[in-house]
Amino acid sequence: MADPMKIRANLTGDSTEVKVLMSHEMETGQRKDGQGKPIPAWFIQNVKVMHNDKVVLTAQWGPAVAKNPFLSFKFKGGAKGDKVRITWTDNHNDTRTDETTIG
Amino acid sequence: MGHSATSGGFFMNADRREALKAGGAWTLLTLVAAAGWLRPGDATAAEAWNKAAFETHSMDETMKALGGGTPAQSTDIVFFSTPDIAENGAVVPIGVTSKVPKTESIAILIEKNPNMLAAMFDIPPGTEPSLSTRIKMGQTSNVYALVKADGKYYVTSKEIKVTLGGCGG
Repeated sequence: MADPMKIRANLTGDSTEVKVLMSHEMETGQRKDGQGKPIPAWFIQNVKVMHNDKVVLTAQWGPAVAKNPFLSFKFKGGAKGDKVRITWTDNHNDTRTDETTIG
Repeated sequence: MGHSATSGGFFMNADRREALKAGGAWTLLTLVAAAGWLRPGDATAAEAWNKAAFETHSMDETMKALGGGTPAQSTDIVFFSTPDIAENGAVVPIGVTSKVPKTESIAILIEKNPNMLAAMFDIPPGTEPSLSTRIKMGQTSNVYALVKADGKYYVTSKEIKVTLGGCGG
């Protein structure tokens, strides 16, 4: 199981800024190991961010997203105490969901 | 010498040539997956991954995989917090803001990476068309910010110089 995401969601005026740091190798599939064997690709493909029950962002990623991916964006309509829930799924079908409260 | 697992080149040219040789295969995939660009708010499609779009090597191929025409140059798309020179190609911060009305999606493409498309984001109404992330770059390259707005595509680009690329070791 992958390590938890670090998520911050802060309300400023009427917009909520979400910052998330995920823990993932994001292996490109382009590299070779010490014996010259290719290291298989292993990367997050889908990301979904929910505010309560509403989708506020979805993403499709390739292996060019940097290791331990970072993402920051803002949405409107959030209130202090609301939940922000983020789910990622990688190309091994491993998935992880974490949530935080808007502060 | 040689590439170790931790420092080795993830964008080696030999691999790129092999990928190019494998050619033909993605033409069909491109057509099959042409409809893969997600629509905002369509939760059921949220888990789809447009494989064909992530296997392209040029803007034309990418646009075909996304089911769009040639994007129009736009000054309403701007990069922010994005360096002109990246010291470490493994972690290049890239921020994109679209002022194009009715922006639905934002994609980041790196021209000289083994596959051009790095990431694409669907922006439902209520979410600001502005985001930042971190991307890997194998070498100095043009970086494109592609925006879909009201069904049409717009693009802007900038060059980021990479002083220590993925092959730096």
